[in-house]
Amino acid sequence: MALQSIWFFLWGLLWALYFMTDGFDLGIGALYPILGKTDQDKNTMINAMGPLWDGNEVWLLTAGGVTFAAFPLVYAVMFSSLYTALMLILFALIIRGVSFEFRNKVNHPVWVKVWDTCIFIGSIAPAILFGVAFANIFKGIPIDDQGLYQGNLFTLLNPYGLLGGVLFLLLFVQHGANWIIIRSEGDLHDRALNMAKNIWPVLTVAAVVFLVASWFVTPLYQNYLTRPILFVVILVTVAALMSVRLFLHQENGFKAWFASALTIIGATFFGVIGLYPNLFPSSIDPSYSLSAHNASSSPLTLKIMLVVVILFVPLVLAYQIWTYHLFKDKVQQEDFMY
Amino acid sequence: MDLVTLSRMQFAATTMFHFLFVPLTLGLTIIIAYMETRYVKTGDETYLEMTKFWAKLFLINFAVGVVTGITLEFQFGTNWSRYSAYVGDVFGSLLAIEATATFFLESTFIGVWIFGWKKLSKKAHAGVMWLVAIGSNLSAVWILIANAWMQSPVGFTIRNGRAEMVDFGAVISQPFAIYKILHTLSSALVLSSFFIMGISAYHLLKNRHTEFFTKSFRTGLGFGLIFSLVVFILGDMNGVLVAEKQPTKLAAMESLWETTDMAPSYLFTWPDPENERNAIEIGKIPGLLSFLVKHDFNAVVQGLKDFPKDERPPVLITSYAFRGMVGLGVIFILLTVFGWFKRKDLLENTLYLKIMLFAIPLPYLAIQCGWIVTEIGRQPWIVYGVLKTADSASPVAVSQVAVSLVAFILVYSVLGAAGFYLMFQKAKKGPDLVSE
Repeated sequence: MALQSIWFFLWGLLWALYFMTDGFDLGIGALYPILGKTDQDKNTMINAMGPLWDGNEVWLLTAGGVTFAAFPLVYAVMFSSLYTALMLILFALIIRGVSFEFRNKVNHPVWVKVWDTCIFIGSIAPAILFGVAFANIFKGIPIDDQGLYQGNLFTLLNPYGLLGGVLFLLLFVQHGANWIIIRSEGDLHDRALNMAKNIWPVLTVAAVVFLVASWFVTPLYQNYLTRPILFVVILVTVAALMSVRLFLHQENGFKAWFASALTIIGATFFGVIGLYPNLFPSSIDPSYSLSAHNASSSPLTLKIMLVVVILFVPLVLAYQIWTYHLFKDKVQQEDFMY
Repeated sequence: MDLVTLSRMQFAATTMFHFLFVPLTLGLTIIIAYMETRYVKTGDETYLEMTKFWAKLFLINFAVGVVTGITLEFQFGTNWSRYSAYVGDVFGSLLAIEATATFFLESTFIGVWIFGWKKLSKKAHAGVMWLVAIGSNLSAVWILIANAWMQSPVGFTIRNGRAEMVDFGAVISQPFAIYKILHTLSSALVLSSFFIMGISAYHLLKNRHTEFFTKSFRTGLGFGLIFSLVVFILGDMNGVLVAEKQPTKLAAMESLWETTDMAPSYLFTWPDPENERNAIEIGKIPGLLSFLVKHDFNAVVQGLKDFPKDERPPVLITSYAFRGMVGLGVIFILLTVFGWFKRKDLLENTLYLKIMLFAIPLPYLAIQCGWIVTEIGRQPWIVYGVLKTADSASPVAVSQVAVSLVAFILVYSVLGAAGFYLMFQKAKKGPDLVSE
């Protein structure tokens, strides 16, 4: 049914938008102890994402919400199978979110240190865990014919899963460093630029290794081999990643940020296209896999949700782009709000 | 402990904690938007200072409310996967609409509001706060529509071994949802107005910033008076619908065992579920219950004995939470009506101000009681008459839930302590006024 296929790609799109938007602020959090040498640097970093991170995080709720609405069985099996990993992500996002608000409210070194640590852990953990989770989905999850998960947290921590975690972390860190280049000046700006240039080769190696490993470990390439035109997606993604370096060389933070945004979207779609029509493939037996065809909602619900998404997602994108536009200038000390 | 019990404890803990912060967010966004609008319209700087001071408290509260809200969406999948698979077609879409259509509005524009003081015109900045207020209150609307469907499921059919939507219009427009929405949003305004009045009273008692806090108190009082009355009236109308749609919940609220006409209300009862009666009954008012829920003293109201034992909710907690909520509702009306008559000379009424200071926690308590009635009173059903709670939990290991429950209790205790500590400090310190 066409409706189910449309929803499959919308599902992929919403996750891609989540990784693209929250990706850079999670990346900034992961760089926080390294780039944030002085208290001034740290405040610049959190104020650089201050007006945006909360709106970004709603893409996660939307991605989760449409999984629930359009593919309830996938939502049920995915969230209960990945129980411990998701709880860790949840706790990470919780401690991180309050830290921005709490950090500067009490002027005591221990208090500040605690929330600084929370910002770092709360950012780096989701970045890695989302990568681990999605790499495992690409590879297949040990679920039986009842949708029961035959494993534990450590089942997910296989080499390919960990590789996915490293790749996501590097993507987000690159993306975050690019944002700091845009919104900072002076010493912090220069260090962010150097950092972005240094991350790039590591990210590129990780991406190549991931693409090669996916050939051996996952069935993702089958769809590409059936329709070779789809390789364009991979080429565009690689080109976007290459252009990140070019724009960094030109010291153009905006262009570099757009290129890393496109790289993240492309990387997500690399997997999503390869998965089609499976949303949660079983590694025990392909017939146990949950797909767009056997796990979707009723046609009526899919239609209602399609109307909602067509009406509201472009609207949300429009006002979020306006917000980004509003807060793209260099952060000044007198503009610190946290 | 078994899986379902642990999962229920986790859901109760995380939801009740989340709802310690949500009502203040819902109500204060509206009141702060109102204050900022007054500033834009009149140019009165005190309103700008009020906006900034109350927003400082609001933002601490908001941060905890937002992050603990993510838990709730995740938890239906992590801990209640059988429920999610069974009702996702209806229930999941409501949560997805909440995130897409309304929660974005709140979360995107709160950032613009906090950081946009210099970038936006005065008018636009106040307008942004209205967007936040609309976004957060409309988010609550969708969540409450979803909850109302669990109480009074409509617009669906059982097909392909699950509940499937057949009439979206019926789901979103049923009276049960409308009254629940209005009742809950009004209660949030009551809580927020008591919060403002209580903190203002503290400073008025110390004779600090009297103009600022008299104005704040009166702003709170206006909202408090109106919505204490509205919440009470809507609660009564809500009760009529509960009697119609959820007779077991109503009987538990009133600890009514026998089906009877002229059904009574009692001032005090102690239920004895073993023997299906009340061990103690004091202050019987014959016919009052019939009148309240059917608007006819002679109407028949169903008692708990009409239902199988395994379909009755816990009576003691439901009835006491209900009485707590109603009793507190009456107190809110009395306190705000009294305040209205004394609004011109607040400073002389120190006893009243002291009472208002210590009344801050009362609406919190009333709202928690309200949710206890709603959720425990619905048991043993998760979706009333359709699916039982016992059949809804995820097939995860008991140890997983036990560990996450302990982690939630620890993390939330720290968050709650830090959040309330900061709010307490900032409230006590008061505003930094340029004009004084």
